[in-house]
Amino acid sequence: MAEISKEEVKRVAELARLEVTDDECEQYREHLSGIISYFEKLNELNTEGVEPTTHVLDLKNVFSSDEPKHTITREEAFENAPDHEDGYFRVPSIMD
Amino acid sequence: MNFETIIGLEVHVELKTQSKIFSPSPNHFGAEPNANIHAIDLGYPGTLPTINEEAVNYAMKAAMALNCEIATHTKFDRKNYFYPDNPKAYQISQFDQPIGEHGYIDIEVEGKKKRIGITRIHMEEDAGKLTHGDAGHSLVDFNRQGTPLIEIVSEPDIRTPEEAYAYLEKLKNIIQYTGVSDCRMEEGSLRCDANISLRPYGQEEFGTKAELKNLNSFAYVRSGLEYEEKRQAKVLSSGGVIEQETLRYDEKTKKTILMRVKEGADDYRYFPEPDLVPMYIDDAWKERIRKEIPELPDARKARYVKELGLSEYDAGVLTSSKEMADFFEETTSHGADLKQAANWLMGDVAAYMNKHLKELHELAIEPEALAKMIKLIEDGTISSKIAKKLFAELVENGGDPEKIVKEKGMVQISDEGQLTEIITGILDENEQSVLDYKDGKERALGFLVGQVMKATKGQANPPMVNKILKQEIDKR
Amino acid sequence: MSLLNHSIRELEEKLHNNEITVEDLVQASYDQIEAVDGEVNAFITLNKERALEKARELDKSGDKSAALFGIPAGIKDNIMTDKLRTTCASQFLRNFNDPLYDATVVSKLDEAKAVNIGKLNMDEFAMGSTSENSTYGKITNPWNKDYVPGGSSGGSAAAVSAGEVVFSLGTDTGGSIRQPAAFCGVVGMKPTYGLVSRYGVVAFASSLDQVGALTNSVEDNARVLEVIAGGDPMDATCVKQEVPTYTEALTKDVKGLKIAVPKEYIGEGVDPEIKESVMEALKVYESLGATWEEVSLPHSQYAVAAYYLISSSEASANLARFDGVRYGVRSENTTDMADMYTKSRSEGFGEEVKNRIMLGTFALSSGYYDAYYKKAQQARTLIKNDFDKIFEDYDVIVGPTTPTTAYKVGEVIDEPMTMYANDILTVPVNLAGTPAISVPCGFSSEGLPIGLQVIGKHFDESTVYRTAHAFEQATEHHKKRPTVGGAK
Repeated sequence: MAEISKEEVKRVAELARLEVTDDECEQYREHLSGIISYFEKLNELNTEGVEPTTHVLDLKNVFSSDEPKHTITREEAFENAPDHEDGYFRVPSIMD
Repeated sequence: MNFETIIGLEVHVELKTQSKIFSPSPNHFGAEPNANIHAIDLGYPGTLPTINEEAVNYAMKAAMALNCEIATHTKFDRKNYFYPDNPKAYQISQFDQPIGEHGYIDIEVEGKKKRIGITRIHMEEDAGKLTHGDAGHSLVDFNRQGTPLIEIVSEPDIRTPEEAYAYLEKLKNIIQYTGVSDCRMEEGSLRCDANISLRPYGQEEFGTKAELKNLNSFAYVRSGLEYEEKRQAKVLSSGGVIEQETLRYDEKTKKTILMRVKEGADDYRYFPEPDLVPMYIDDAWKERIRKEIPELPDARKARYVKELGLSEYDAGVLTSSKEMADFFEETTSHGADLKQAANWLMGDVAAYMNKHLKELHELAIEPEALAKMIKLIEDGTISSKIAKKLFAELVENGGDPEKIVKEKGMVQISDEGQLTEIITGILDENEQSVLDYKDGKERALGFLVGQVMKATKGQANPPMVNKILKQEIDKR
Repeated sequence: MSLLNHSIRELEEKLHNNEITVEDLVQASYDQIEAVDGEVNAFITLNKERALEKARELDKSGDKSAALFGIPAGIKDNIMTDKLRTTCASQFLRNFNDPLYDATVVSKLDEAKAVNIGKLNMDEFAMGSTSENSTYGKITNPWNKDYVPGGSSGGSAAAVSAGEVVFSLGTDTGGSIRQPAAFCGVVGMKPTYGLVSRYGVVAFASSLDQVGALTNSVEDNARVLEVIAGGDPMDATCVKQEVPTYTEALTKDVKGLKIAVPKEYIGEGVDPEIKESVMEALKVYESLGATWEEVSLPHSQYAVAAYYLISSSEASANLARFDGVRYGVRSENTTDMADMYTKSRSEGFGEEVKNRIMLGTFALSSGYYDAYYKKAQQARTLIKNDFDKIFEDYDVIVGPTTPTTAYKVGEVIDEPMTMYANDILTVPVNLAGTPAISVPCGFSSEGLPIGLQVIGKHFDESTVYRTAHAFEQATEHHKKRPTVGGAK
């Protein structure tokens, strides 16, 4: 069984911007370890020379034209915003 | 100990398409905050990007002008990181299949030519703009979000801050020639980060590099690198080690300031953008774009020397920006003498730009006006002294030189009768000077000319004044 | 029988003959919701005032020719609706009252004059197969309230099954339309990836997500797909091509149809009652002149692993935008930017969503990409090739939709691996991008519905519908109705 360390869980949580308490860390560790072990089933597959599929359809060169359009106003956008000020979205500062 | 400096530059250039790269929002600088936003730009749930074909054309054009090989198969990827100006928390960028690779720029520093390699050019979307306000808050404007960008990554071929400066000047010049970007650093349409490391001469592997950010002009890039070059040499000479750091150049103190120490590589978790399908750029498409590329600076300079008979130096100065070269050609196309047009541009116009830190397009004078002014001088309508006054007027306020000359009474007095009348009057008043001149004191003539000019407010035709003065003195 | 249990064609006739008004229909929809939704909990947000207003407007207009004129519909709550709250059943979006735009499918329904009754409950961000992961409470199966309706489009299936709407839109990333359709005894179609626009559909896994309809009959389903299918300039992955008239394919004629039955779909792990129903169904097809043969999808055993890796990886990026900057709920306990992110996301997302984000972030992270994400994409290629190969020789693939009937409430929610493993029959289809439908094909001894899955070639929805329709018309399963809330 693939074991994932608590440090690794914390690193992943940091990347995903999720908070994990020590208890949760252990839960995630068990959950992820279990599921990752299951994924090791894929190692049975010989995938040498197999192209990965990103798009199931063979589409290419789908473009839009260069025509500017106004759709929504900032006032409308601010209706949904947690915080705004003087025409800007407002967020807490980075703490150094 | 002597060290070799290794510099690599990463340049971001905004492409001036009408709309953004992945949304139909207008793409232009200077709008009210958050005026040019689409639900796509705000990363609204459910929105999807679509690729603006013109952005691809522009990127390709720039890459071709920088001598890159253009990819036949290319695609977009997601670069994942959280930041308030990055609304989807991923930036749509290109990872392993950039649109251009293996390019180069030829530069010249102190008469020596050198080729700087370009590793790759990739397309991506610009982020919004975060302003750090007071009271523990920051403000976000998403107008810039989705502006098409190309990132141009140089090979670590640059060895001096001066070469870095020359590379940037040339890069900017070439991109401006293609017309895909204004490359205005002050508006952020060209931005530069620099990597610099030192290694003892003869050593194969590179030293630990520092990254310089927030470089707001090419001059700051140069001075930032100069400072950093000395700082690293000092650290290494005293047996210290260089940390992998991100630094900011402070324009006031002219020093680099530590922003953060990098701990390992950032983990951007790139993966192919599933919302966009790959691009296939066939030869026909490449050819179509290649044909749209105008004459580039090196070719234009060669033509000026060969066909227009300008000196290497003059041709170099005139083609150092597309704006200048275009202005020059338009001026001559309105009938101005080649040499005169070149002299005015390289002389008074350039001096004015330097003095006021302005770009050519910011001046009020138009090429047609400059051409007219040059013709007015040539046909003797205005004196070269008056021309300076006229130029000052045109460069500040623009307008039609012929009208201005008439309205402001700048027309040169070339009427022989009128001038003779003025001159006899002045000779009557200055008999002593006439005698002095006759005694062989050449200076007396200068004084008399000055008196004539004073009486005509500088409008008298100087060669005629000289001629008539001598004639009238001889008569006495 | 509720007015809402009539087919779209029947309702169209009644409307055209002025037997009923659109207002009657829409009111009947809200009456049924009033009567049963306390128990079913299929809806999160109702659109009552505007729906009734629109109904009266439609009644006034003379032209009744639009394809879905006056038909009451429910929309899964991960599909954006202008001026109507869209929550994805998440705390994070509980205040997202005006998404500012309509999803393309919603605009298309609007153009076809369907009436939007409201937004349907689901597993949060479409992650789950029981509809128990909703911040608005779990949904119950109209056939038996002790059972789940399946998921993630549980509300979409339950609302149709319980006669609250005539049809609904759902989304299917790994079976999220077909599995709840099977559990609730309705028809659910996942179209070919690229047939229906995803613009305005909150992305779970971009390369797998597809919108489709849940209906009482195959014919209704074909009618709705005719409206929502077709290219969209706002979705680069949605193919520009003419949409066939699917209803014309419903000839009941399957003579000579070549059916493939993968042995993996009727083997170990599939409930014997379900296997039996499927074998019965195959007999029906034989009687209609079709032939079937056993085939193999050898890589389908890797489908669940590949699916969870790909979908979670894409989801980890797709759900990163929920950061509390531009919309949604920002945590109130934030002092700095780092806090705003972690607290808002941790408070806003439910457990299953966080599990998948963690998994996907891990799979994409430095050093693991090749071993997990890339490997899964390669497995995807092999799985797709299996399907391509079968479709060289056969017209459709037929099998069960699910290995079991509906779970008891709370039965699998704490056993994610069991829950994931039970997606084995639906996820290969999403990985291959092919269309597949689930139609009712019987009931278990407990009286729970069983679904038959018909899988077709890319963009061959016509054959899928024809196959499903022929079976439906030859059997009585689809006529049975649940008795939820004492419905008629």
